[in-house]
Amino acid sequence: MSVNGMIEFIAALLILVGSIMAVISAIGIIRFQDVYSRSHAATKSSTLAVSLTLSGVFIYLLVSESIFSVRMIMGIVFVLLTSPVAGHLIIRAAYRSGVEMTDATLEDELAEVLKKKEKQMEEEKASKDTGVKSDEVLE
Amino acid sequence: MIETMLQVSFTLFGVAIVIALYRIIFGPSLPDRVIALDMIGVNLITAIAIVSVILDTKAFFDVILILAVLAFISTIAFSKFIEKGGVIIERKRDD
Repeated sequence: MSVNGMIEFIAALLILVGSIMAVISAIGIIRFQDVYSRSHAATKSSTLAVSLTLSGVFIYLLVSESIFSVRMIMGIVFVLLTSPVAGHLIIRAAYRSGVEMTDATLEDELAEVLKKKEKQMEEEKASKDTGVKSDEVLE
Repeated sequence: MIETMLQVSFTLFGVAIVIALYRIIFGPSLPDRVIALDMIGVNLITAIAIVSVILDTKAFFDVILILAVLAFISTIAFSKFIEKGGVIIERKRDD
């Protein structure tokens, strides 16, 4: 087996491992119980699957066809950059719109922080209102 | 050998897309469905990359980039819609 053949085999192995990771993350997306843990399966392992497979394809085409594809590198970098951002935004939207957590959830730390922040904002607003009123009384 | 591995991985990506379709159809909430849609887009990108390896061509690389951009933008638009009730003009949602 020549060196090129070995590198092609390693690239195909990378592609195979990436597809197995994709199936594992798909199993996670149907087996987990609520949106938050499902997004854990969908974004992290799916990003790993995509970067493994696309780098395998890049290496394979580089060795067998001697195509150095800048577009493939751009695709890998783009997926690596955007997939966590998209996951964060959709889960933020899910939390803000009040999607329920599963019953196995032990604690929700963000709810306390949000409540405290809301109370602070209300107090600031109230003090600002009274300040305006006292100015009016003075005039 | 290598061809078999490529075909097996292509099939596995198809299986992953079908499993994500289950979550789109039966997902209890809207963010569930959006997450599964995002995952289908990402898996489609990799499946197209494997097709371009099997066919020994570089004609599909533009498709990969455009699908990546479309999946990202659609997820952002959906999350803005779920959170604020509008994509460009903000409206109040009833529920």
